[in-house]
Amino acid sequence: MSVLRYLLEKEFKQFLRNSFLPRMALMYPLVVLLIMPLATTMDIKDVSISVVDKDCSILSKQLIEKMDASNYFTIYRVERTYAAALEQVENGQSDIIVEIPSFFSTNIDKQQPTSVQISANAVNGMEGSLGASYLLELLHDFSQQIYPSQLELEQVGPVVSSLYLYNNTLNYRYFMIPGLMVFVIILLAGFLPALNIVSEKEIGTIEQINVTPVKKSQFILAKLIPYWLIGVVALSICFTVGWLVYDLAPVGHLLDLYLLSLLFIFIMSGIGLIISNYSKTMQQATFVMFFFMLLFILMSGLFTPVSSMPTWAQVVAAFIPPHYFVDAMRSIYLKGSTLFDLSSEVMVLVLFSILINLWAVKSYNKVE
Amino acid sequence: METVIEVQGLTKSFGSFKAVDHLNFKVAKGEIFGFLGANGAGKTTAMRMLCGLSKPTSGSARVAGYDVQLNPEKVKQNIGYMSQRFSLYDDLKVEENIRLFAGIYGIPRPLIKTQTEALLEKLHFTEERNTMVRALPLGWKQKLAFSVAVFHQPKVVFLDEPTGGVDPVTRRQFWELIYEAAAQGITVFVTTHYMDEAEYCDRLSMMVDGRIEALDSPQQLKEKMGVASMDEVFRLLARKAKRTE
Amino acid sequence: MNIFSAFVKKEFFHIFRDRRTILILLVMPIVQIILFGFAISVEIQQIRVAFVVSASSPSKTSIQQLARKVDANEICSVTHWYSSVDAVDAAMKKGEIDVAFCFQEKEPHHLQVQMLIDAVNPTIATSESYYLEAIVTDFLRKQQLNTQKSSAVSLIQPSVQMLYNPQMLSAYNFVPGVMGLIFILICTLMTSISIVRETETGTMEILLVSPVRPIYMIFAKMVPYFVISCINLATILLLAYFLLHIPMTGSIISICLLSFLYIFLSLSLGLLISTVVKSQVAAMIGSIMGLMIPVTLLSGMIFPVENMPWALQRVTAIVPARWYISAMRKLMIEGVSITHVSTEIMVLVGMSVFVLLLAFKNFKNRL
Repeated sequence: MSVLRYLLEKEFKQFLRNSFLPRMALMYPLVVLLIMPLATTMDIKDVSISVVDKDCSILSKQLIEKMDASNYFTIYRVERTYAAALEQVENGQSDIIVEIPSFFSTNIDKQQPTSVQISANAVNGMEGSLGASYLLELLHDFSQQIYPSQLELEQVGPVVSSLYLYNNTLNYRYFMIPGLMVFVIILLAGFLPALNIVSEKEIGTIEQINVTPVKKSQFILAKLIPYWLIGVVALSICFTVGWLVYDLAPVGHLLDLYLLSLLFIFIMSGIGLIISNYSKTMQQATFVMFFFMLLFILMSGLFTPVSSMPTWAQVVAAFIPPHYFVDAMRSIYLKGSTLFDLSSEVMVLVLFSILINLWAVKSYNKVE
Repeated sequence: METVIEVQGLTKSFGSFKAVDHLNFKVAKGEIFGFLGANGAGKTTAMRMLCGLSKPTSGSARVAGYDVQLNPEKVKQNIGYMSQRFSLYDDLKVEENIRLFAGIYGIPRPLIKTQTEALLEKLHFTEERNTMVRALPLGWKQKLAFSVAVFHQPKVVFLDEPTGGVDPVTRRQFWELIYEAAAQGITVFVTTHYMDEAEYCDRLSMMVDGRIEALDSPQQLKEKMGVASMDEVFRLLARKAKRTE
Repeated sequence: MNIFSAFVKKEFFHIFRDRRTILILLVMPIVQIILFGFAISVEIQQIRVAFVVSASSPSKTSIQQLARKVDANEICSVTHWYSSVDAVDAAMKKGEIDVAFCFQEKEPHHLQVQMLIDAVNPTIATSESYYLEAIVTDFLRKQQLNTQKSSAVSLIQPSVQMLYNPQMLSAYNFVPGVMGLIFILICTLMTSISIVRETETGTMEILLVSPVRPIYMIFAKMVPYFVISCINLATILLLAYFLLHIPMTGSIISICLLSFLYIFLSLSLGLLISTVVKSQVAAMIGSIMGLMIPVTLLSGMIFPVENMPWALQRVTAIVPARWYISAMRKLMIEGVSITHVSTEIMVLVGMSVFVLLLAFKNFKNRL
């Protein structure tokens, strides 16, 4: 056991003396958390609308003007056919189609309900759906304007209403931030140790260790433990930033968060170890890591949900550990789920952790 | 005499290429055994097998009483190694490197302290104890690496071209250390290019194309081949070589 | 010229011997295109609905009818029946349901439905809301469970539908993004690593001492990555055309020329980075932090630049990928001629000149 102590001493000293790594380990979580959510802002402005005005009445023009006047919207074009409006959405020129039917003003004059069709582009993050929400309010406003007497009917209340749970302000950042921790862990607990080991291979000092009676497990543990610690520290920084800057405090227990993250850190360091075992140069290790990072980030449900993917992609996603981690993180953070609630995800992660680390240790060769 | 290294039919092939071809030799305790040969002759490959760094394709080797294939870990407990690509940690201090490797070989803490002090004094490194290894001149690094390799009093120490790139005086000083170690009963297995160093060995072997072409003391070799210097012994034998690096 | 081609050959050998890296360099764009093209989507494919009905509810039959209607919808399925609202929270925490329907009867024969929606993902939540709202409203209207007094809250009854893949809009958006990311990653990272490695191993000094001017050696390093990037460019365009069915309305020549400019800029950036970092490790980690993240987030590749806070928009101006991507979108979508993207081209050219000058200055200083 004291062999491990000596090795750990060496690893920590080397890490702290490196001019680059410790600063990066601290800065990186900050960068990720501060910039990323800013880029995904919640304020929509000047969302382009293509209007299909089949009515062409004073009333419809009033409605169009009202939409244009709003800060949220700007009218791109007024068309006569839905197809023309759709083309504009397809070309990225507008994001929402509002269709005013031909009997719009006639119905309203007769005090009969009339429908208005809103078609929103769902692809560009929040613009489409948020825009649609604001439009609904605007339309509601408009109908109040023209017939204030509708107010009394309000007492009854809407027939169908939606209550949004766990994220009632529909804050996209709250959705993103727990997932962003994935980025942090993958790099700090997966990539860095892999690079570290491969660089010892390149320099040759690994041979000096291989020739001693140091056991595989001791060497590996000594390499990984510092990065586990770094992962936990970085994560704590993330939690703090989330709380201080975004007012996002986890609903669930911090302990659950840390345990889950530790599990994921083990998995990522195992993957990093496997990659370093099969790489001869740092360049190779870097690119393999990049490849996996890209795959993980796209397929983990970080930006888009796994449940929206085609079946074949969902099967692939089932083998991607970050997928379970992102889901579980979000559940604990926003819903207050406990590890017990998430037992199936946790079990899968535990299984991954065991298999991956077994493979990692097995594939490390002291002897060629 | 106790045999510390025993090699029989040791072979390493990469595909159809035989890097090391059926080596047979023995090394006695306390010997300074020189392992000569041109680049590409197979010296490093052979040494790596003896250290347990590489698995032989066929044949056997016993080092410090243990079979390198069946008990590599036991072998490693009893040997020291200094690789060609100098392998102490650049970003650790002199003292830290000593402590690390001493600890790895299981030397108890208080003993490490005293032995370290003694070593630093002997090498006149006491003032450099807190210098980063990367800041040391090459000759010092080499002496330090050797000292670390024998710190735990191994039965055998393997040195792979340990004195490359330094002046003859420094090399001579390095060999003083080797003599000291041998006098303490540590067997020294050293590969080298320098023919003057070959003269310092008790016995030598010459590898050519993966095989041992000569195995004797420097004196005997010169007599047998009727030449006056090791340089010429080398040249005569190496001429037969078909492959170079 | 002979010396130059000798250097170039040497560089090619270096690279092609490392099969694993080459494989990844050429396969990455393909994987990205496939993933973005087919796997990335926000379309809702399944909504698991729970019904909360107390045993004493008078409108049970209507509720059951509603349940059948909901179930009949291809996306929705009624998976759980609960007798009290408390069960909803527990189920959502376990991730078992997406939406729960609760019922209220404020007045007799006036059924109100409240949908409790798991809004962890707000985009999906709002989409689910619109989708279900339409179904329920339709049902209630048909059932005439509500007198006309309350059926119209307002005269205007909007209905919302979400468009998920209006033709190839998403593809138009991301293909330039993928190109922007891949080129800068490969060219900048590989070039900088290649040069730094020579410095680390000491072979740089040998080369610098040779009678060849440093310029040749450096450009020789860039050539293989330029070639690889051209291969990737071709791969991406082919995939975009044949696999994603994006009609290439713009001029291919303009697209290629612009891409060459961007690739050249990326290579120069790699050179600049190599003059600043001291170790390969620093180069690699610096590239991820300083390249991959800003490019992914701030170039407009995933998140539209126009939506960002004003200050951040100014920052995106220094991300070369942002200009490339916006120009590529114009060329590919609107098929305009190259004159329409002259601003972007000017910016990219300016950046290249600046980067190269700075790199050379640094390089000379080091000697």
